[in-house]
Amino acid sequence: MSVSPNTRPVGQKPPFWRDRAKRALIFQLLLVAAVAAFLLYIVGNTQDNLSARGITTGFGFLGNTAGFGIVQSLIDYSSQSTYGRTFLVGLLNTLLVGGLGVVAATFIGFIVGIARLSPNWLLARLATAYIETFRNIPLLLQIFFWYYAVLRTLPSARDSLAFGEVIFLNVRGLYLPEPLFESGFGLIPATFIVAIIASIALVIWNRRRHEATGKRLPAYWISFALIFGLPLLVMFATGVPITWDVPELRGFNFRGGITVIPEFLALWLALSIYTASFIAEIVRSGIQAISHGQTEAAQALSLPRNLVLRLVVIPQALRVIIPPLTSQYLNLIKNSSLATAIGYPDLVSVFAGTTLNQTGQAIEVIAMTMAVYLTISLLVSMFMNWFNARVALVER
Amino acid sequence: MIHNQTIIEQRPAPSSSVGPVAWLRGNLFNGPINTIFTLIGLYILYLLVVPTVQWAFINANWVGTTRDDCSREGACWVFVNARFTQFIYGLYPRTEIWRANIVFAGFFTLIAWLAIPRLPFKRWVAVFALVGFPVVAYVLLHGGYFDLPRVPTHRWGGLMLTLLLATVGMVGALPIGIVLALGRRSNMPIVKSFCVVFIEFWRGVPLITVLFMASVMLPLFLPSGISVDRLVRALIGLTLFQSAYMAEVIRGGLQAIPKGQEEAAAALGMTYWKRMGLIVLPQALKMMIPGIVNTFISLFKDTTLVMIIGLFDLLGIVQAALSDSRWLGFSLEGYVFAAFMFWIFCFSMSRYSQYLERKLHTGHKR
Repeated sequence: MSVSPNTRPVGQKPPFWRDRAKRALIFQLLLVAAVAAFLLYIVGNTQDNLSARGITTGFGFLGNTAGFGIVQSLIDYSSQSTYGRTFLVGLLNTLLVGGLGVVAATFIGFIVGIARLSPNWLLARLATAYIETFRNIPLLLQIFFWYYAVLRTLPSARDSLAFGEVIFLNVRGLYLPEPLFESGFGLIPATFIVAIIASIALVIWNRRRHEATGKRLPAYWISFALIFGLPLLVMFATGVPITWDVPELRGFNFRGGITVIPEFLALWLALSIYTASFIAEIVRSGIQAISHGQTEAAQALSLPRNLVLRLVVIPQALRVIIPPLTSQYLNLIKNSSLATAIGYPDLVSVFAGTTLNQTGQAIEVIAMTMAVYLTISLLVSMFMNWFNARVALVER
Repeated sequence: MIHNQTIIEQRPAPSSSVGPVAWLRGNLFNGPINTIFTLIGLYILYLLVVPTVQWAFINANWVGTTRDDCSREGACWVFVNARFTQFIYGLYPRTEIWRANIVFAGFFTLIAWLAIPRLPFKRWVAVFALVGFPVVAYVLLHGGYFDLPRVPTHRWGGLMLTLLLATVGMVGALPIGIVLALGRRSNMPIVKSFCVVFIEFWRGVPLITVLFMASVMLPLFLPSGISVDRLVRALIGLTLFQSAYMAEVIRGGLQAIPKGQEEAAAALGMTYWKRMGLIVLPQALKMMIPGIVNTFISLFKDTTLVMIIGLFDLLGIVQAALSDSRWLGFSLEGYVFAAFMFWIFCFSMSRYSQYLERKLHTGHKR
């Protein structure tokens, strides 16, 4: 009987390519080497190209004067400001449209999502039509629609659409009255903060008392009254220390008040409406994911209907809703970079657009822009992991 | 034994429990709050539908060649009519459009063949669609072979370019996505961290910065003297971006396969690639199809962003046509047409994905 050539004498180690651990090590070393070689190749090429074009790398350009104006900025900015300031203005504008977009999209999305589950046939169909229309049309197209087909065709300043003679809408934007705070106004925000702290204390005390004695106060209603009633009371007590600066037509344009530029309006509308259609679907599936048995069991315990919703359905639905919801918020903030297509001065538009074209510092500018979005994504996913760990079902 | 011989004849159910009246009561007017909602809904419907129908159909102008054929009371579809060829093929030479038509026909035939479950030879059709057809399509569209005149890529555009970007981006992203997803689940720490960083990087940045990067930074990365076509640069950006999203869809599918499958394959002495290629991936891919279709829908919508770096996809060419001085002021018509085209594609794909989800809702559910 011949010995097969594959048989090894006992005790001898297999060759290294049969050893899984060694194979993994070699493979990973090869991967590192390949990636390093690729990066070196790219860096070398880039350096050659940059020196051929006479561009010096580095972030020194951030201190140079930008020399261009920005139509909307939340901080002081003029064409004499530096590129570093431009970056900040763009970042703040991105956060502004992102933040307001998140609020509006959540509001519309929850209403439409709940309407889709309504027993009212017509309402449910209208909500479905909304979702299927807006989520199947590209966002950029919707932005163009609101900007070029709606806001750019509005009448001029003289023939503005007026809402109650205080709000005006025309081709140059939306004009809102601006509140001017007089002395003594500081008391109102202070009361507001005190009311919030008092409400939190009340809710905690109420929960402890409920657990100890079984008695409970309608703490949510009381805190609602505290948070909104107390500042209002103080406001009237101090004689309403607010005056409104109402926009007025002078010559060819409006003076005074707050001006909302049409680029912002178009972007904000499109982002909110588009993202709301996704949020509505998330809300619907979150509520539907709660099995009917949960509601029935809660009713069998003779919990009143509002407590069934608040203590049983909503906490469980939120567990399903919040992770996809945060990723929609993230999408909205990333999508706000489409601002560049209509000229809203967001980060991509003023920094990765104008600044890049003027300075030619492509690598630094793109890297800084990407770093901003990556940081936002990272923060949001950190929040999501924290939240998931907090609400995850503890299983046996 | 029947005592009472007369049997009362069967009567129809009262109209309050069956029929249209009952339906109205049950679904629209059951209670004061619902009645208010119904009335508000009807009012919204009235506000939306009546002006839209009047604008788009009743007062619209359909035939003609110039803007003078439009009465301006309703939609001027003459504009879309006059520009239709451009919207579909971009600036592709008129005499060569038959080539694009052949590619369109082949594309839709292959898609239909793969999408309809009853048709046979799926595997061979899929291999042809992934390997043979791209070559045929490139030869036909680009030309330069077999006496076909060359059509440079900057003349490609319209719906043709949109479909091309979406399909190539998708087909390119699938293999990269599979590798990334397998790498992310790997036991090897360096491979795993590479894949995690790669995926999270592309998922964390907006597509528009990726396209900017592809159009501004890619030329810097290559040795001087080598220039890459603008379309190819956009495709590279789209593919890398898409592959990260694809990897996450595939990872979800892989996670849904019970661990016992892989362990059983390992117990039979299969190597890693055999375990993945023969046991895990075939089962996982089946479950991933709805997710892949959904990613494709978002890629299809995202291709509109290429107009920002100067390519004329469907939206880009509509936008360009709107600034034509002979047709100023028809932006609404142009956008409605483009929206309708995108909507048809996306809606039918999402319906197909829902159908697949129902059809594949077997097997792994316990």
